[in-house]
Amino acid sequence: MTTVPPITDAVPSAQAPRRTHSLFAPDKRTAARNAQESRFRAYGLVAIVVALLALVWLLFSIFSAGLPAFRQTFVEISVQLDPAVLDKAGNGDRAEMASVTTIGYGKLIGKSLGLELAAKGIDIGDMTPKDLVGMVSENAAADLRDMVLADPKLLGTTVQFTALAHGRIDGYFKGRVTMETAVRDNSTSPEKLMLADKMVAAGMMEMRFNTGFLSMPDASDKRPEAAGLGVAIIGSLYMMCVVLCLALPIGVAASVYLEEFAPKNRWTDLIEVNIANLAAVPSIVYGILGLSFFINFAGLPQSAPIVGGLVLTLMTLPRIIIPTRAALKAVPPSIRDAALGVGASKLQTVTHHVLPLAMPGVLTGTIIGLAQALGETAPLLLIGMVAFVRDFPGAPLSGLFDPASALPVQIYNWTQRGDPGFVERASGAIIVLLGFLIIMNTAAIILRRRYERRW
Amino acid sequence: MSLGLLFLTVLALSALGYAIGRRRAMSTVGGDMRKLHSLPTFYGWITALGVVVPVLFVSLVWLFLEGFVIHNSALSHIDQADVPIDSSVNLMMADVTRLSQGLSVLENDGFDLAKIKQDIDALKIALGDAGVAMGNDPTPNMIAAAEAVRTTAKNSRLGLTLTTLGLALAGLAWGLRRISPEFRARNATERVSIGLLIVASLIAVLTTLGIVVSLMAETVHFFGIYPASIFFFSSTWDPKFGGGSTLGILPLVWGTLYVSVISLVVAVPIGLFSAIYLAEYASRRVRSVVKPLIEVLAGIPTIVYGLFALITVGPLLRDWIAMPMGFGNSSSTVMTAGLVMGIMIIPFVSSLSDDIINAVPQSLRDGSLGLGATPSETIRQVVIPAALPGIVGAILLAASRAIGETMIVVLGAGAAAKLSLNPFEAMTTVTVKIVSQLTGDTEFASPETLVAFALGLTLFTFTLGLNVVALVIVRKYREQYE
Repeated sequence: MTTVPPITDAVPSAQAPRRTHSLFAPDKRTAARNAQESRFRAYGLVAIVVALLALVWLLFSIFSAGLPAFRQTFVEISVQLDPAVLDKAGNGDRAEMASVTTIGYGKLIGKSLGLELAAKGIDIGDMTPKDLVGMVSENAAADLRDMVLADPKLLGTTVQFTALAHGRIDGYFKGRVTMETAVRDNSTSPEKLMLADKMVAAGMMEMRFNTGFLSMPDASDKRPEAAGLGVAIIGSLYMMCVVLCLALPIGVAASVYLEEFAPKNRWTDLIEVNIANLAAVPSIVYGILGLSFFINFAGLPQSAPIVGGLVLTLMTLPRIIIPTRAALKAVPPSIRDAALGVGASKLQTVTHHVLPLAMPGVLTGTIIGLAQALGETAPLLLIGMVAFVRDFPGAPLSGLFDPASALPVQIYNWTQRGDPGFVERASGAIIVLLGFLIIMNTAAIILRRRYERRW
Repeated sequence: MSLGLLFLTVLALSALGYAIGRRRAMSTVGGDMRKLHSLPTFYGWITALGVVVPVLFVSLVWLFLEGFVIHNSALSHIDQADVPIDSSVNLMMADVTRLSQGLSVLENDGFDLAKIKQDIDALKIALGDAGVAMGNDPTPNMIAAAEAVRTTAKNSRLGLTLTTLGLALAGLAWGLRRISPEFRARNATERVSIGLLIVASLIAVLTTLGIVVSLMAETVHFFGIYPASIFFFSSTWDPKFGGGSTLGILPLVWGTLYVSVISLVVAVPIGLFSAIYLAEYASRRVRSVVKPLIEVLAGIPTIVYGLFALITVGPLLRDWIAMPMGFGNSSSTVMTAGLVMGIMIIPFVSSLSDDIINAVPQSLRDGSLGLGATPSETIRQVVIPAALPGIVGAILLAASRAIGETMIVVLGAGAAAKLSLNPFEAMTTVTVKIVSQLTGDTEFASPETLVAFALGLTLFTFTLGLNVVALVIVRKYREQYE
């Protein structure tokens, strides 16, 4: 027989600590746990704040560097077009007038500027007309020459000519160039900067909105003041048209097949895995594909928007197919059943009912895909879009084969130039690029908010 | 006929086909639709498709082969002996192309081509006036090659016009002849349409195939003229144009990994903690504002980050950290690129982690909270372990994004291939070298250019491996909780 210990009442053990304070005051361990809780929460908040600050910092730095690009210093000069200098033969024949180079026109500008300054009573010290030419952009002489050659009747008259100020003078008013840097600079001098101040006071020089930044072509290394985005915007526009015309129909067709018709077998599985992986292939690999296939094998021209458009199409396709399939999947099966039930064929069901209902989702995905393609740089570098292009491409479709630039590549191109004026241009170009992206994304959001149906 | 006009003509023919096909179907049954097998529109559609589809495929193939044929026709006029020593056949062919364009310009300007081709000096001047810049002076053989380019291109365009118009008319006639009340137009239309859909979805496969084939072919070519052992095991990267370069991939791989690791060190904690906060703590309103804002970071083009690194972050790090502490005086450093890339990939980590944390069943949280755990203890000991595979997948995807990123490192990391531990030194990556070896006038027979394809293949294999692993993990994880 075993002895059973007697059952007794629970006696509080002597070791158990007695609660010495109120229940409302947490004990040490609870306090520590609560502190840990609030610390953990704070980490999360800090992480979000850091991410958002990074965004603000990025945008602030780009905007503060880029906004000045939209304003430019201009000089008003009345130039007397002396026939004795510009048309030595005196017969108004353009071919003969073309023998006067921009240097000749430059001298004319310098002389006119000197006369005008003297008339306004501005002391130019010991500056020669040659120094005075340095006040305006090297592009000014070329512009004046084009103006005269376009209309030889102007000869002998005095025209009011608006010239771009030299990049350094412009930089002086934007704070990029100071008297100290000007001393060490070959392209300008403190005297020129002081003269610029006097010219502003006399109303001959002023800063205003620079439409040329959006419309002019690129300019050479020494003329940041004349560089514009015209060719790049057209090139990007052409490429986006190519992408839209190819990627939207092909992407929708592929998604419709995979979502609505494809049997589930090894082949369609392969296609699906393939598309998921293509979306994550580094963009530069598409550039290599474009270079070796479209340019070396198919013999398409370098730097042409058509090649850029084709490469970006291949890159954008998976990014359109994935949201399109999601949109098709979101259309409830009852719609299909109803259509099939009244005798529609499968293709009719899709084209008459499923696709129209999925259209807002499809278009949203397409616009976002296009926006990504618009900002893509790396593949375009490899297919030769970095080339210096000053001529506007022709009208489509043959214009698609002309050399052009593209917005992101133009930005990259400008970051590689020596003159600090190009940093301002590159940042300004980014503002333009971001402007386009904001418009596209806003359109996508509005489409989604307004038309997307929840079932 | 210009391409655009040709395209419009074919479209017009197919529209005509639609109209006639429809009307003809109706007239065969005397206007009584019930006697037709399909709706009249299907008779129109099948006729229109019969016009467009063959033309489309034939002209695409034609246009791709055209470049090839033109190139060869010009090549046959050029001797190896003509190529200047410091130049190459490719550069010369570029000149031939420019010359042929120049000749067309001159022809439009009213020059007598037969005469000016005899006089090379006059030709040079005329080309210069027309704004055509040539690398080398034209030689008689080059002029012959340029003429061959012009005639082949002209003939090819003529041939294309005739072929497509012929095909379109034949398609129209054949389609119209087939129309009868018994013809199953709807079935035929649908078969053709589904065929087109299949072709569209095959383009994705063809793209992958194209990438693999083009990378492989040139890589094999590269290893044929350059020893693979040096490429894979040499720790020196020193390309010299003119031969004798050492092209070791190790410094590039090191730079790539170093930059990627720094970017992950920045992005993973920030991304993960913001995902946790957004998924577990944030109110619906805060979430609806903050989540899109963080995702804006992913929508900004990489060139913007590159410029940010170049003009802001690089100089800042140099002036405030590297120079005072004596680490170096370069503004393009591994640190600059890594930091900026880290900012870029924050949303890749945070968005995917957020989805994955949200997919963890609420019952797990409720159980833990019911046992008296605080929310943070629940997150650390229950939610994160449950979501871990998915989070690892998200981080792998972010890593593959960082490895394949180009513009930030091109502008932020510098171009010097070095094996160094100092993060404030300029190093370079695989992608930077692909860009620098393949931009500009490239000569496709030298190892210095071909190495870019070997680098591209390495990059492609590496990121593909990471993506596949990440996608498998994420997919498996999703299934677990569905």
